[in-house]
Amino acid sequence: MEPQTKTETLDIEGMTCASCAASVQKSLSRTPGVQRAVVNFATEKATVDYIPSQATSAMLKDAVVKAGFGIMERAPETSAAERSAEIDRQKAAAYQKLKRRFWVAAALALLIMPLSMLMLWPGMMTWIPMPVLNYVLLGLTLPVLLYSGREFYFSAWNGFKHRSANMDTLIAVGTGAAFLYSLATTLIPNFFRQHGLMPEVYYDTTATIIALILLGKMLEMRAKTQTSAAMKSLLGLQAKTARLVRPDGREVDVPIEQVQLGDLVVVRPGEKVATDGLIEEGHSAVDEAMLTGESLPVEKKAGDPVFGATLNKTGSFRFRVTKVGTETMLAQIVKMVEDAQGSRAPIQRLADRVSAIFVPTVVVIAILTFVLWFNLAPVESRLPLALVNFVAVLIIACPCALGLATPTAIMVSTGKGAENGVLIRNAEALEKAYQVNTVLLDKTGTITRGEPAVTDVVPAEGWQAAQLLPLVAAVERQSEHPLAEAVVRYAEAQPAPLLTATGFRAVEGKGAAASVNGQEVLIGNARLLEEAGVTLSPALRQQAEKLLTQAQTVLYLAVAGQAAGLLGVADTVRDTSAAAVQKLQALGIEVVMMTGDNPQTAAQVAAQVGIKRYFAEVLPQDKAAKVKQLQSEGRIVAMVGDGINDAPALAQADLGLAMGAGTDVAMEAAGITLMRSDLNGVVTAIALSRQTIRTIRQNLFFAFIYNTLGIPVAAGVLYPFFGLMLSPMLAAAAMALSSVSVLTNSLRLRSFSPAKS
Amino acid sequence: MDSAEIIVTGMGLALAVLVIWYFFFSARQTASAVSSSGGVQEVGITVKGGYSPDVIEVERGKPVQLSFYRDEENTCSEEVLFPDFRIRRDLPAFKTTLIELLPEKPGTYPFTCGMGMLRGSLVVK
Repeated sequence: MEPQTKTETLDIEGMTCASCAASVQKSLSRTPGVQRAVVNFATEKATVDYIPSQATSAMLKDAVVKAGFGIMERAPETSAAERSAEIDRQKAAAYQKLKRRFWVAAALALLIMPLSMLMLWPGMMTWIPMPVLNYVLLGLTLPVLLYSGREFYFSAWNGFKHRSANMDTLIAVGTGAAFLYSLATTLIPNFFRQHGLMPEVYYDTTATIIALILLGKMLEMRAKTQTSAAMKSLLGLQAKTARLVRPDGREVDVPIEQVQLGDLVVVRPGEKVATDGLIEEGHSAVDEAMLTGESLPVEKKAGDPVFGATLNKTGSFRFRVTKVGTETMLAQIVKMVEDAQGSRAPIQRLADRVSAIFVPTVVVIAILTFVLWFNLAPVESRLPLALVNFVAVLIIACPCALGLATPTAIMVSTGKGAENGVLIRNAEALEKAYQVNTVLLDKTGTITRGEPAVTDVVPAEGWQAAQLLPLVAAVERQSEHPLAEAVVRYAEAQPAPLLTATGFRAVEGKGAAASVNGQEVLIGNARLLEEAGVTLSPALRQQAEKLLTQAQTVLYLAVAGQAAGLLGVADTVRDTSAAAVQKLQALGIEVVMMTGDNPQTAAQVAAQVGIKRYFAEVLPQDKAAKVKQLQSEGRIVAMVGDGINDAPALAQADLGLAMGAGTDVAMEAAGITLMRSDLNGVVTAIALSRQTIRTIRQNLFFAFIYNTLGIPVAAGVLYPFFGLMLSPMLAAAAMALSSVSVLTNSLRLRSFSPAKS
Repeated sequence: MDSAEIIVTGMGLALAVLVIWYFFFSARQTASAVSSSGGVQEVGITVKGGYSPDVIEVERGKPVQLSFYRDEENTCSEEVLFPDFRIRRDLPAFKTTLIELLPEKPGTYPFTCGMGMLRGSLVVK
């Protein structure tokens, strides 16, 4: 066999002429295992074909260095995990800084507040002259402004230069106006007195607003990191190292980045599976809950696929790597969750449109508030009243609540979905799932397991199942027929001795025969027995007909020329299907089934799981038409399927749900992928979407109501009727709380559990 | 109405009009992508209280690589979103973050910060 070669491209450093390239090429070519090396001087690259069992990347590098040149390490593709770690570090640092800024502001505000109130006691004021007090307050407020609040002013200014305005703009203008007015009254009080105004100061307002907004930002930041917690735990699942089996049989631990396609990896009990692959030897139970949400460990044997980040329980096995890096199941899941979190929900459109014009509009409202108060209030108090209300309007307006309403809920819910084996493609799919009122199930592979299993064992007179099964299993173990697999699986689950068959022969289209314990055993269809001259007893014939009417495939058995029994094989209904259908119906969803089976079988399966409406004898190419038919009845249809021929139907449906064991094609056509082959995933998906959309609606409602009520109140509309005015400090408290409430509401989704739904 | 009221009203209204014009109707900074040797259209964007440039013109059908350099710590700009391309990316402060996408259909695709306050648009021609 031709040994497999690998191609690697190296970036060579320091080549100044064509002869340099030649010497690098020579050095590489001489390295054992290298079959071909081409060095391109212009691009400064070397392309090397080598046999991985004889040469390694490190050896190639050595060869280049030996020739006197260097290898330019390509900036390693930073993995999602590293990127997120870096961002976490920055966020933690930013949080610490924010905390310091807050405490400085809070401490000073706590000093400034009581000092400002001294003015209310004229007795006290005789002790301390007003100008002195004002200068003291100014001295205390300056650090709040210049240290704690600095970012607001920078950010507002940077935004202003870009003709964009954000929350900081509002805070900067609001506190800036209050401060500048106070500064003026402190520095030139006589100017105000000459114009018949009390030279009042608003240092307490300035400092308190900054302290409260910083508190709100702190709470918001803390809550926001929790919205992506599920995503982080997904990233954290990745194994760090893998135990490779070298061609010489040695086992070495290597960092996961060095694992390559085709490598053989050992997994011992209790270890994480390093990456995706196929088991070559050994068997074990693997906990795949982190990927599929399935809590029971899955049995794995040679030939079965294993996935990176899953946990090996009991046995030990070796697997051949089939996928690494971004190709693995875990990486795909992470990518899908990331994509979903980046998508925009249609429900958010209005909020988006509002936030785009929010801040400038609020600034205009604040200016008009100022003008109105100035014109309508009594002359002696018009300037302070105009100012206070101007500041209150700017401070109470909270664009953040609007901006956070939808994305935070989507972040939490897509993460929660992934935890439970429900991968949501995008926010739109989530919204569609919320609207769904009809679920169309493709029977095979969703309600049923999609693979045959032995359901009935009928021994002939004089035989017992326990005698029969070992004989049959011995023959079928050598067969490659799918039905044979079902028989073996069934027999091995029974306590029976393991027998061996000799002289196995498969009879094309009919069955198989072999000799076991010196007796000729036949297993196959009726024709096989007929041709062998075996006759069935009337009782056995009757049993066979009964099984056939139940849409089962019947396998006939003969031992030593005598009919020995029957096996009924059928695609079986999953244990969880009936309960899941019931739960969907309890959610107010009509469950409809479609199948290629005849009407009797369809009716039987439907009755078994509690489905009332079904389509029988549906050809694969007509599946999409059935979806359309339901849609034309005015239904919002979710289609659940698993196979390639489901893709058009999944795409036609308002929401496509692809079931885990399904194909890539089906997943691409689906809005939601269920990692677990189990209808409960459909229930989880719909229940989660309902809770998410409800949360988003609450958030949006709150954010809109908060702003539409808060801004007029701050502007003073209640003043003419009730004499009520909102102090800017209260406005700041309300604003700080508003975005935190929206976030907290989104975080409630974290308590979603599929069991409760 | 006394003279002070007239002055305040006049200035207030003028300021309001100025605010509306400045934020909504004034001209924006536009930049076209530069194609690299590999056929990738590259654009560098600085993030500081906004995106500069904030209107980016690219050709359709060719991959686009946007490098966002976030030149501030202000949390407003910590995320960038391309909703039409389903991209939500954290931008670490004082670092360059690459965003790659393939515009297939002509049109104007907005990109925003996490809360939709800072805005820019990708114009595909």
